Amino acid sequence: MDALTSTAVASRGRPRHWRLAAFARDRAAVLSAALLLVVVVACIAAPLITSVGPYAADDSLRYASPLTSGYLLGTDQQGRDELARLLWGGRVSLAVGVVPTLCASAIGLALGMAAGLARGLLDGIIMRTLDVLFAFPIVLFAIALAGAMTPGINTEIISITIVLIPYIGRLARTAAMEVAAMPYIEAARAAGGSPLEIARRYVFPNVLSPVLVYATTLMGLMIVVGSGLSFLGLGVQPPTADWGAMVADGRIVLNIAPHVTLIPGIAILAVSLAFNFLGDGLRDALDPRTGRRSRAA
Amino acid sequence: MTNDAMTTDAVTSDPVTGDVVLEARALRTRFGSADGGLVAVDGVSFALRRGRTTAIVGESGSGKSTVALSLLGLIEPPGRVIGGEVLYEGRDLTLLSEAALQAIRGARIGIIFQDPLSSLNPALSIGSQIAETILAHEAVSRAEANERAVELLTHVGVADAARRAADRPHHFSGGMRQRVLIAAAIACRPEIIIADEPTTALDVTVQAKILRLLHDLQQEMSASLLLITHDLGVVAAMADDVVVMYAGRVVECADVDTVFHAPRHPYTRALLSCMMGIEGSRTAPLTPIMGAPPDLRAPPPGCRFAPRCPDATDACSSWSAHLLRRSATHSVACRRVDELSARD
Amino acid sequence: MFGVSVVVFLLMQLAPGDVATALLGPQATVAAKEALRHALGLDRPLPVQYGVWLTHAVRGDFGVSIATQEPVMDLVLPRFLNTLVLTFSSLLLAILIGYPVGIFAALRSQTVFDRGAMAVTLLLGSTPPYWLGLLLVLLFALRLHWLPVSGMYDIAGNGGLGDLLRHLILPAITTALGPAAIITRMVRASVRDALSRPHVRVARAKGLPRRRLLRRHVLRNALPPVITITGLQLGYLVGGALLTEVVFDWPGLGSLLYTSITARDLPVVQATTLLIGLCFVLANIVVDLINVLLDPRLQEG
Repeated sequence: MDALTSTAVASRGRPRHWRLAAFARDRAAVLSAALLLVVVVACIAAPLITSVGPYAADDSLRYASPLTSGYLLGTDQQGRDELARLLWGGRVSLAVGVVPTLCASAIGLALGMAAGLARGLLDGIIMRTLDVLFAFPIVLFAIALAGAMTPGINTEIISITIVLIPYIGRLARTAAMEVAAMPYIEAARAAGGSPLEIARRYVFPNVLSPVLVYATTLMGLMIVVGSGLSFLGLGVQPPTADWGAMVADGRIVLNIAPHVTLIPGIAILAVSLAFNFLGDGLRDALDPRTGRRSRAA
Repeated sequence: MTNDAMTTDAVTSDPVTGDVVLEARALRTRFGSADGGLVAVDGVSFALRRGRTTAIVGESGSGKSTVALSLLGLIEPPGRVIGGEVLYEGRDLTLLSEAALQAIRGARIGIIFQDPLSSLNPALSIGSQIAETILAHEAVSRAEANERAVELLTHVGVADAARRAADRPHHFSGGMRQRVLIAAAIACRPEIIIADEPTTALDVTVQAKILRLLHDLQQEMSASLLLITHDLGVVAAMADDVVVMYAGRVVECADVDTVFHAPRHPYTRALLSCMMGIEGSRTAPLTPIMGAPPDLRAPPPGCRFAPRCPDATDACSSWSAHLLRRSATHSVACRRVDELSARD
Repeated sequence: MFGVSVVVFLLMQLAPGDVATALLGPQATVAAKEALRHALGLDRPLPVQYGVWLTHAVRGDFGVSIATQEPVMDLVLPRFLNTLVLTFSSLLLAILIGYPVGIFAALRSQTVFDRGAMAVTLLLGSTPPYWLGLLLVLLFALRLHWLPVSGMYDIAGNGGLGDLLRHLILPAITTALGPAAIITRMVRASVRDALSRPHVRVARAKGLPRRRLLRRHVLRNALPPVITITGLQLGYLVGGALLTEVVFDWPGLGSLLYTSITARDLPVVQATTLLIGLCFVLANIVVDLINVLLDPRLQEG
């Protein structure tokens, strides 16, 4: 093995199948991954699962409680099937959680790496700009942005993406700086690697790991934040529904038919938790040094 | 000498070598659970005599630091002292409550740890870290405790002590920090000082000074010093008595001259030949001990040194490996001790 | 703060719809709209508009609300106070819950209490706060009738501290629980880390009594870094407060922001956002100050 390859092995650590095995050992993470898979598939396959659409209102059956025949999860105040709304709404909620996080991760990763590796003026410019965004409480900024533009799913996605970029950028920058300070980077440079080559082969994988872990946890959080925006009416507009909007709808009938509010809330909670566990499992698998044996540790 | 196949019983007061102030008997300390755990200290017995310096010497992993911690009940979960006794002033320290132990720690038995760089609280001044020992055990005012702290600092060789007592640890070098730690350990004039590898983390030039300091303090306070080390040079310089440990057990126990000039356990002899190269013939090769220390999660049966011992026989692996008394001051855990000494 | 104001201003420029049209109605002639725009100074270059706006803002003059035609400051100021009440009581609650539980969990590591605390905090951290609020309302207000459903004071009553407190309980708890969960975890991690430091064992070996040991050698080291991070929680907490205001009809900046965004009442939105940003910056300064006071290393510079 030549110098460059051996240092590449050092940076990437153990081969991939070891990491999968480590991941598989964390039962919570595996269960969460399974749950998320089921949820995603169910939402995508919504038309196949429910015969009644999410918009079909049946006045005679308003506020039916769960387990009424034909309506597994009951109906809302307009007689619409809760289960259908949950599944169709899930598409929106999940998209709003996942898509912006992925976009922000890509952008934040690039910016952070650039800032962390280039240092000097470029670093200063990027970080000052991001710092301005940092000054805002995340929810406030999302609300303000969403409010300034026409409400809708695209607005939600864009505003959440913008809000997330500074957080991921900062993380990527710190990770890049840490890796750049490692001795094996010196060795790679001495062995004749070009800066771009080094960035690609050694820095990138080691920055990707923490960003990936962080992003997974963020996805769960963003589903909560995104549903918060919808709750306020700043997200998707009626009659399209997502989980946040469903909670808002149920607010009026909280006393009579609490299930309308409770059910989507539980869905948000469950998915958010699942992403949390997933993120933890990923972290333990990708960086065995920080890994812990049990969840409670 | 008689061939006593007796285990070392209670070491009685010997008029030649002085009273026993602290004695460990069959001390056993385990980390982890009964199955799958690791017994780091497995039946260790030794005695510390008044006014003398006893060194516990062994490789890394031999259990010597664990012994020091076990004596004062400082082992934390998942570790536990699971057997044996530690006799001090007629009481068994392993049975005492935490409150009772607190009264002894620092006041009657002081302990100095091995890593001066991280043994001091970075958030507090060094003066207060010395004064707190005094305040914990004596009914004095804070001002008086601080004054004494400054005196102690001067005593251990910290220049400009009055001013420096207010400084935080990061202003001090490793050697200076160790002096501070020593000052804290002797602040209440304990009668026993335990020093766990006090110089291992320090530069060679500083080591000698710290050891000198320890020696002087011990003499001055007429204290007994229990010195834990892996460095035979330190043993030669400081110790009166030596306890050699291997794989969690004591293999040889004698006064320093006997250990260096007439060792009887094959491990002790091998240890000495590892390092004596510099004094002996320059052309003779260093003789390392073949193999490696055993994994204590699954230690070899019988004598633990047997797998690496040049003089081992099959019977050694089924022998209980207890200490055999050769004289009032010399015990060896080797069943072939008499044959081997007759041979040499 | 400067950056904040720039961002706020720019954001408002993004808003679709034209102010003139909003004010005059879609029937107005082009000429009339032009005239209004000129009068409002909307046809001047952007940086100039910003400068004008900023000078007004610093003087406390945010103009007039499009919806109600009242001076914006009159609308905003009382609500500012209400939001402060909610925010600071939530912060207090979050700290009062988070620190003790976190410390206790760290000291009783791996016991039932610890595991339970970790499970609960995990749940709370993943729960949408507004839903949690609704849940609490359902349980305590609607089903058990222990506490009022919404608002800040009883409409019929005559105010007073007791009434305020009764109304404050649910919103404050709702806002506090998320940050409390995070604080608990951070405190626990920090204390566990401090406990494992070598100097703690040294302190034990000196025979120090337990309480003093904890105070001087564990907490003294564990808490300062957590306090810094608690500062970062403020953002999360303020955001939560805004949502909570909407859920509980708490008359603060959050609910005002919500209604004004929906109504496209630009001046109000700008003023509210700016003030919220100000709150946030002020609170951060306070946290920084506390930090300097508590961390001796920072004191020496």
